[in-house]
Amino acid sequence: MTVREMADALNLESIAVSDGERTVSGGYAGDLLSWVMGRAQAGDAWVTIMSNPNTVAVASLADVSCIVLAEGVRPDKGVAETAMSRGVNILGSEEPSFALCVKIAALL
Amino acid sequence: MSAFRCDLHIHSCLSPCGEDDMTPFSIAGMAKLNGVEVAALTDHNACGNCGTFFHACETYGVVPVAGMELTTSEDVHLLCLFPLLEDALAFAKAVDRNRVRIRNRAEIFGRQLLIGPDDEATGEEKDLLINATTLSLEDAAALVKEYHGAAVPAHVDREGNGIVAVLGDLPETPAFAAVEYRDGANIVRYEKQYPRLRGKRKIVSSDAHRLWEIAEPGYEIELNCKKDAGAETVRKALIDYLNGV
Repeated sequence: MTVREMADALNLESIAVSDGERTVSGGYAGDLLSWVMGRAQAGDAWVTIMSNPNTVAVASLADVSCIVLAEGVRPDKGVAETAMSRGVNILGSEEPSFALCVKIAALL
Repeated sequence: MSAFRCDLHIHSCLSPCGEDDMTPFSIAGMAKLNGVEVAALTDHNACGNCGTFFHACETYGVVPVAGMELTTSEDVHLLCLFPLLEDALAFAKAVDRNRVRIRNRAEIFGRQLLIGPDDEATGEEKDLLINATTLSLEDAAALVKEYHGAAVPAHVDREGNGIVAVLGDLPETPAFAAVEYRDGANIVRYEKQYPRLRGKRKIVSSDAHRLWEIAEPGYEIELNCKKDAGAETVRKALIDYLNGV
């Protein structure tokens, strides 16, 4: 499943998608970035409510397939632009993290 | 330049986690006994006891600093210190509009006592003070600047609510001139692990929630003023120092 296919299936908002063809190979959920850094796996769809610019840095470092901002959280100023320039995909949803994880897991 | 013994991060009984006997006069008296020359009152998301704290410090001969430990929307603790009591109170009003209102449950979190000029409780803050505000780090840093203060990421060496633990590293923006450590022994290790911490001015504070936790005799900071310059000048020099001036 690609990032684009997952976004379509779950009706996720495309906040910054520069590589919709990237494969989603797994999932991770967490908001404490120091924790996420060492644990999220390459290709994961990362569900979080953290919208700080460092979220993009961590996503890039962990090489996740996309960030999914849950609970209707909006990216901080400049975050979408930074994500586009670094090739990090950001999707958004009004749903809580748990509900999103359940749905993503069902698709994998 | 003169060295001042400082403790710039102290909670009163207004913070739910601060003990009830952390009244402004008890804090100021203990600071004086310990040899602290400059003491800041920094309750969570509030400055309601800073007025009485100023009275208390003037009584005991300690330089008071009005401040706040602000919880940003990212759950990062930011130490906000101000040159004047009035600046801090105006800042607190602005923060108040950005608080997320949850009723405090004193039996779980602790009481949030407001203390009047005679060091007696005059009231209680009803809504919880420790939860995250809606101010992002960026918003918070701008707001502190607007009220002429200095914003310092608090206890960067703590897992809970420390900026490095929450955000994985010190962010590039907003730019902070100084960072606070809970334990000076952690500085070398943290600077090695997080290069962005290098070159920042460093303060060490007690983050006292109990009387005996107040620093003894305080952590020395070299400020650009004379030793007997008077409280207002010392505070101004402190804020300049923390802002990298």
